[in-house]
Amino acid sequence: MTSSAATDLTRRTAAELAADIASGEVSAVEVTQAHLDRIAEAEPQVHAFLHVSGELARQQAEQVDRARAAGEQPASSLAGVPLGLKDIVVQQGVPATAGSKMLEGWIPPYNATVTDRLRAAGIVILGKTNLDEFAMGSSTENSAYGPTHNPWDLDRIPGGSGGGSAAALAAFEAPLTIGTDTGGSIRQPAAVTGTVGAKPTYGGVSRYGVISLASSLDQVGPCARTVLDAAMLHEVIGGHDPRDSTSIPQPVPSVVDAVRRGQRDGVAGMRIGVVRQLSGDGYQAGVLSSFRRAVDTLAAAGAEIVEVDCPHFEYGLAAYYLILPSECSSNLARYDAMRYGLRVDTSAIGEPMETAEQVMSATRGAGFGAETKRRIMLGTYALSAGYYDAYYGSALKVRTLIRRDFDAAFDAADVLISPASPVTAFALGEKADDPMAMYLNDLATIPGSLAGIPAMSVPSGLAQDTGLPVGLQIMAPALGEEKMYRVAAAFESAYIAEHGSSVPQQVPPLGTPAGPESAATQERAS
Amino acid sequence: MSTALDPELMDYDEVIEKFDPVLGLEVHVELGTETKMFCACPTAFGAAPNTHVCPVCLALPGALPAVNERAVEYAIRIGLALNCSIAPLSRFARKNYFYPDMPKNFQTSQYDEPIAFDGYLDVDVDGETVRVEIERAHMEEDTGKSTHIGGSTGRIHGAEYSLLDYNRAGVPLVEIVTKPITGTGKSAPEVARAYVTALRDLLLSLGVSDVRMDQGSLRCDANVSLMRKDATELGTRTETKNVNSLRSVERAVRYEMTRQGALLEAGGTVTQETRHFDEATGTTNAGRSKETAEDYRYFPEPDLVPVAPDAGWVEELRAELPELPWVRRGRLQSEWGFTDLEMRDLVAADGVSLVEQTVAAGAKPAEARSWWGSYLGQAANARGVSLAELPITPEQVARVSTLVSEGSLNTKLARQVVDAVLAGEGEPDAIVEVKGLAVVSDDSALQAAVDEAIAAQPAVADKIRGGKVQAVGALVGGVMKATKGQADAARVRELILATLGVDGS
Repeated sequence: MTSSAATDLTRRTAAELAADIASGEVSAVEVTQAHLDRIAEAEPQVHAFLHVSGELARQQAEQVDRARAAGEQPASSLAGVPLGLKDIVVQQGVPATAGSKMLEGWIPPYNATVTDRLRAAGIVILGKTNLDEFAMGSSTENSAYGPTHNPWDLDRIPGGSGGGSAAALAAFEAPLTIGTDTGGSIRQPAAVTGTVGAKPTYGGVSRYGVISLASSLDQVGPCARTVLDAAMLHEVIGGHDPRDSTSIPQPVPSVVDAVRRGQRDGVAGMRIGVVRQLSGDGYQAGVLSSFRRAVDTLAAAGAEIVEVDCPHFEYGLAAYYLILPSECSSNLARYDAMRYGLRVDTSAIGEPMETAEQVMSATRGAGFGAETKRRIMLGTYALSAGYYDAYYGSALKVRTLIRRDFDAAFDAADVLISPASPVTAFALGEKADDPMAMYLNDLATIPGSLAGIPAMSVPSGLAQDTGLPVGLQIMAPALGEEKMYRVAAAFESAYIAEHGSSVPQQVPPLGTPAGPESAATQERAS
Repeated sequence: MSTALDPELMDYDEVIEKFDPVLGLEVHVELGTETKMFCACPTAFGAAPNTHVCPVCLALPGALPAVNERAVEYAIRIGLALNCSIAPLSRFARKNYFYPDMPKNFQTSQYDEPIAFDGYLDVDVDGETVRVEIERAHMEEDTGKSTHIGGSTGRIHGAEYSLLDYNRAGVPLVEIVTKPITGTGKSAPEVARAYVTALRDLLLSLGVSDVRMDQGSLRCDANVSLMRKDATELGTRTETKNVNSLRSVERAVRYEMTRQGALLEAGGTVTQETRHFDEATGTTNAGRSKETAEDYRYFPEPDLVPVAPDAGWVEELRAELPELPWVRRGRLQSEWGFTDLEMRDLVAADGVSLVEQTVAAGAKPAEARSWWGSYLGQAANARGVSLAELPITPEQVARVSTLVSEGSLNTKLARQVVDAVLAGEGEPDAIVEVKGLAVVSDDSALQAAVDEAIAAQPAVADKIRGGKVQAVGALVGGVMKATKGQADAARVRELILATLGVDGS
């Protein structure tokens, strides 16, 4: 196969690759090898992966090819398609770090339910993608193993925590990746890398084997370059799992059908709500103008646009930064050097190592990064006797109020929309020393997380002011994924019809940063 | 222990004179489910260390708990049997603290929303019924086990290193907490023991646990405080752990009462602390001080949805409750016609089921009670075992009893048969046959012995002929001696009187 043929393979969608593998036009091994080659080429600049399982991936691809040669039906409609797994989802025998020094060298002895489902579907796992430590961050700069670079501009962040999964898509290192979203970790990286990422309804995808950050918020979801690919992956990983008590005992929604309907019928007859509180102050001008164009596009595609009020959203960030640290302080207590992971020999640094407490304390001091420690301390404080009601208790009340805001909004609209991120990709290092500025990146995504509703980001175009991708967030009522995907697919189709190509197809070659000129070109074209 | 001579202890009667004891008992029971509270690992006791573990109970990154439905069922049955209300919705919470034998560094336990609450258990203390009120019964998980190597105390402080075994981590527990038990006065230690005994019997009858205090499947923490006779507020309590037998419950409470009494009387204060009971000395020793009480930062467990048992299911479980031990005892007592004292002795000796089985095998209730209550009770004492551990079955006892009532054995011979059974010599009938222990009931064989006895003691014979029938005992004794005890004494008496031509009736 020629190099340009291999390049062609990495630029195809997952749906196309699966069809080509099923028809025998290309083998799963060829597809996997093309992506491994692309990873080898791009990684020195992007650093989207923490671990590449080349040999294992080739073996998994061979299985798919052997099954096909034996005349078996494909294991799924994505059989043979390669994927990057966020390094917070465990895969048996493959190192898992959660982006932390604390777990360096730990090899999980078991598979997450999501991993089992991917493998059962014949999906080839290329490796583990980079993330902020324990999924805490909006830039991957909190990864203990160095940041990931945004393929649109290598000096910029790819979002976080799932920056590795998003960048791998934008750099054509994988057509599919898995993300996790606690307050926006799928949607915000998708927005700033011009890719698609969906956070399902809380409980829609099993969390078993997904290293916990905040249990009541964490949700696994699909990431891809097209809405259809995301929907296909969503159907593979979703559905009830008895090993996760919070998993919804219902079959996964028919999101692939919903995508086809959106592509065919658009959004005719749908009411789409614009959330007044999720635009304006704190949102970059280029983001807002892209969003307004997206609203116009949806209206042109047949939607009735309504404006909705969600007055309690302004308390969302504050409530989130009490609930998340509280749960996280408890979830991360298990990293104590007793059973796995890092153990610091304090005698080597001249300190006593006589008690278990000394070992635990020294290990946690050395193994956790600054942001992780900050949140553990915040949460420990918020849960303390005498403070619980004022902090954790109040935050739970806000959560209820935000749910009610959504309930009322969904009476007026089938889905709600907003920008997915208030800003386009900012420069590496720009906000690294300012936690509050970093937290504000999740302003638009946090309300949906607190309410447990499904929400996704699809590229709405490039910002006029920076030339970088902007994400359109689409939120639906709990279990309303079909509406969400229908709107996303309709928008994506309308965008391609208008601009001739999808946003991910416009990623410049690595190392040639996009600028306002490209967006200006686009502006003129539209 | 000579309480009167130890300056740190107050004479028990003096304690009662000056103070009212208040108790609070927390009993942890390990449920007898096949698998752990939140994973499918086996709960079996005694396996090689760290062989009954999995990602969930080792708290590997990413692992999540799932509630064992059988454990919930057992907890509900316990709650129902303790006359508790069953919460239509209860929750697990996280109790956060760092300890190496707790893999998650939090214990998943019910906190302010327990599955069962507001019940009671009536216990019998010296013939009086004392109602112990139950605050709550809640579900939680056990921790692993630390073994501290080196050092003098076997505790973590001073140990050179510690070994961790997580087999027990995640084993389901139900903790049953009483409300403060007041007004028991000098019976407080007995009430504590009677409560734990009754609870143990109850749990056993429910089939939810093997309730082995020696293996830790039933553990009791005894909270004890004293209040002065004129006081209106509760005194400071201590919590004594490591109380591993029923007898220790009573001893630990008594010891704490005398220790706290002396302390208070000398003008001191009781420190709120955890103490450990020492079986060997019968004393309690200070452990972790609660002055630096940990803040457990409880919050609702976000990895588990609330436990919401279906009301119909709870009613099914209520209907299926086995006959409770004290109800059964009352029924049996009335069926058997035993006095309260007789029944209490039998209960105290753990003989109720044995008597029930012996009666079921054909013995008269009074006979069965007599065997188990006295002769076999002595045999058990002599061997240092419980009645149930004696190598004799209720069926064998029933057979011996039947042989006696049929007249084939007398009491003395019956005891010889029982001794032989206990010695492992076989079944009663076979022993009777092999040893030739049957009563001589052949009149012609007896008549010769009767004639000999009359001939040997003519003066006695004359007295009897003269009307002093009660003198017949001497002649009966002679016949029994001649027949080596194998005659039926009543028949011998009849034969002697008939031979002498006297009407004995």
